[in-house]
Amino acid sequence: MIIDTTTVQAINSFSRLKSLNEVYGILWMLVPIFTLVLGITIGILVIVWLEREISAGIQQRIGPEYAGPFGVLQALADGTKLLFKENLFPSRGDTRLFSIGPSIAVISTLLSYSVIPFGYHFVLADLNIGVFLWIAISSIAPVGLLMSGYGSNNKYSFLGGLRAAAQSISYEIPLTLCVLSISLLSNSSSTVDIVEAQSKYGFGGWNLWRQPIGFIIFLISSLAECERLPFDLPEAEEELVAGYQTEYSGIKFGLFYVASYLNLLVSSLFVTVLYLGGWNISIPYISVPEFFDFEINKVGRVFGTTMGILITLVKTYLFLFIPITTRWTLPRLRMDQLLNLGWKFLLPISLGNLLLTTSSQLFSL
Amino acid sequence: MNVPATRKDFMIVNMGPHHPSMHGVLRLILSLDGEDVIDCEPILGYLHRGMEKIAENRTIIQYLPYVTRWDYLATMFTEAITINGPEQLGNIQVPKRASYIRVIMLELSRIASHLLWLGPFMADIGGQTPFFYIFRERELIYDLFEAATGMRMMHNYFRIGGVAADLPHGWLDKCLDFCDYFLTGVAEYQKLITRNPIFLERVEGIGIVSAEEAINWGLSGPMLRASGVQWDLRKVDHYECYDEFDWGVQWQKEGDSLARYLVRIGEMTESIKIIQQALEGIPGGPYENLETRSFDRERNREWNDFEYRFISKKTSPTFELPKQELYVRVEAPKGELGIFLIGDQSSFPWRWKIRPPGFINLQILPQLVKRMKLADIMTILGSIDIIMGEVDR
Repeated sequence: MIIDTTTVQAINSFSRLKSLNEVYGILWMLVPIFTLVLGITIGILVIVWLEREISAGIQQRIGPEYAGPFGVLQALADGTKLLFKENLFPSRGDTRLFSIGPSIAVISTLLSYSVIPFGYHFVLADLNIGVFLWIAISSIAPVGLLMSGYGSNNKYSFLGGLRAAAQSISYEIPLTLCVLSISLLSNSSSTVDIVEAQSKYGFGGWNLWRQPIGFIIFLISSLAECERLPFDLPEAEEELVAGYQTEYSGIKFGLFYVASYLNLLVSSLFVTVLYLGGWNISIPYISVPEFFDFEINKVGRVFGTTMGILITLVKTYLFLFIPITTRWTLPRLRMDQLLNLGWKFLLPISLGNLLLTTSSQLFSL
Repeated sequence: MNVPATRKDFMIVNMGPHHPSMHGVLRLILSLDGEDVIDCEPILGYLHRGMEKIAENRTIIQYLPYVTRWDYLATMFTEAITINGPEQLGNIQVPKRASYIRVIMLELSRIASHLLWLGPFMADIGGQTPFFYIFRERELIYDLFEAATGMRMMHNYFRIGGVAADLPHGWLDKCLDFCDYFLTGVAEYQKLITRNPIFLERVEGIGIVSAEEAINWGLSGPMLRASGVQWDLRKVDHYECYDEFDWGVQWQKEGDSLARYLVRIGEMTESIKIIQQALEGIPGGPYENLETRSFDRERNREWNDFEYRFISKKTSPTFELPKQELYVRVEAPKGELGIFLIGDQSSFPWRWKIRPPGFINLQILPQLVKRMKLADIMTILGSIDIIMGEVDR
């Protein structure tokens, strides 16, 4: 059989293209991940700026105004400064634990961003277990804090790390029970399904109205998970210098700082997804001109997706006013009062909430 | 940290002189059992400047700038007591107007001190916003002080026989405006703080001092009045012209940190009342008893001669302290501030013993924190209201 050289060449080039195809396939997977990480970073910068402006307003002063217009680049400036600082190690601390601690706190929070939906097909990982991925992975963060506290060879840090771990595990249970009630209402744990279940009646379809107690418990528990005032005893300046962050300098300290805001952003995004209706515009009977109608043509789909992202972000940042204002208004709870609140108050109420939801589901069947 | 699991040892933590908590340079060595405090040992002396020894080599006028550095937040009281001692020793009358001006300044200083107590107290508990609000009010008081005395904080205002300079024109109206504004500020604090459940949980029942204990330990000021003892030196000693005003002693019964907080907030409101009454009723007249300034013509005939009068460098008017001893006291915002003065028939005192309220009040700290949690230490320390400048002198 005569093999045509041109055909062989064509077949060879085709197979080379195919292996390149696989490479492209892998690269194509990384693009959404990097886009999300970039989006998160910009989101963090916005949160930091927002916090500084709001706290300045509450305290009757002006926030940052020199780094960038209106001080928007202040967070970048702080991060760059931290990069240039000397990286200190405590002399007799456990070096490996000391270095890995902050990374674990950040990585566990970053992983939970993969289940947040910004649109119907616009979620990094549409898992069946959805929301519980966040709860499970964020439970790894206290391990990171314990490692930092222990590896610092400092009694303050050790105390702070223990407190942080105790606080985190106490408030996970009410959090999980509230999320469980939401999944009962939406018949699924997937975040996309939860948002879809809230899309039917505009504003009235939000889970906020169907789970008011759950919303309040979720709010308190997520504030406690993020270790923000009124629950920030692990890093209370007045008592423990800076708790488990005492011995850190440079970019590792920056990682803790960022981890705190990452946690806050992911909690607020989850509040939006679980209680505030996600990417739905929630204003009923808006008539969209035909050019933009997303069922019909491509431009419409792009428009629809962009609107979805924008709406999620607007809802999240409007909600963020509440944690930020709370931080600068309320004093902080003492450790035993904090644990009391978690175990003896929120846990029974969230169980009661779950019971109510279950019984209402039974009746509606 | 290799503590074997079987041995029960207490953890010794050093809250060193450098601490973000804003209480000056106080060092506490704590023995902790987890979160519970077993023992606390305060170590003082990081701000010791030898004030009492310096006083033995300074005339009163020369010593006045030093005294404001004892309690640098309520400066008028330290000046008042430095002046009151020699005045009583030398039996010097103070004109009425000077007395009224002194009372207004003292009460403004009391408000300023309580404000700056409130800010760090709330910051220790965790609410960091009142810290900015109190400075907003304190800046107004600073402006008033600056207009009258020339300095925002370390005024050198009181003189033996009166005050250094009269109030400028329009000061009384500005002060009245401040009083009206401040009452709205106090109402704001009541709304923000006093009924906040988290604040109440942190503060109620913490650091209880009974009335008998308070008297035994020698406490004074708001700590004593919060335990049920109605002892206010302004009513007991009848000094300056406090008797001419209509005001009441603020006191509470429980003796915990909440009671001390309420007493201080109440005292601020009472001070505003006193200031308003004093502003309405201030008489005219001289503001300083200038007799004390003049040299004794008979004895210093040469120096009072024409030739020496107009030379540029004049000696400071010195006041000779007779050879007697005297204890004089004043109701400072932190407690009873006292001076035990032994004169020596010269312009320098022989012994100048300061009784600082913060030092005496601080003694009770180890007992109060014994069964409390770690977070309560800052609450109790804050409610005692110490300032290291006068504790260490």
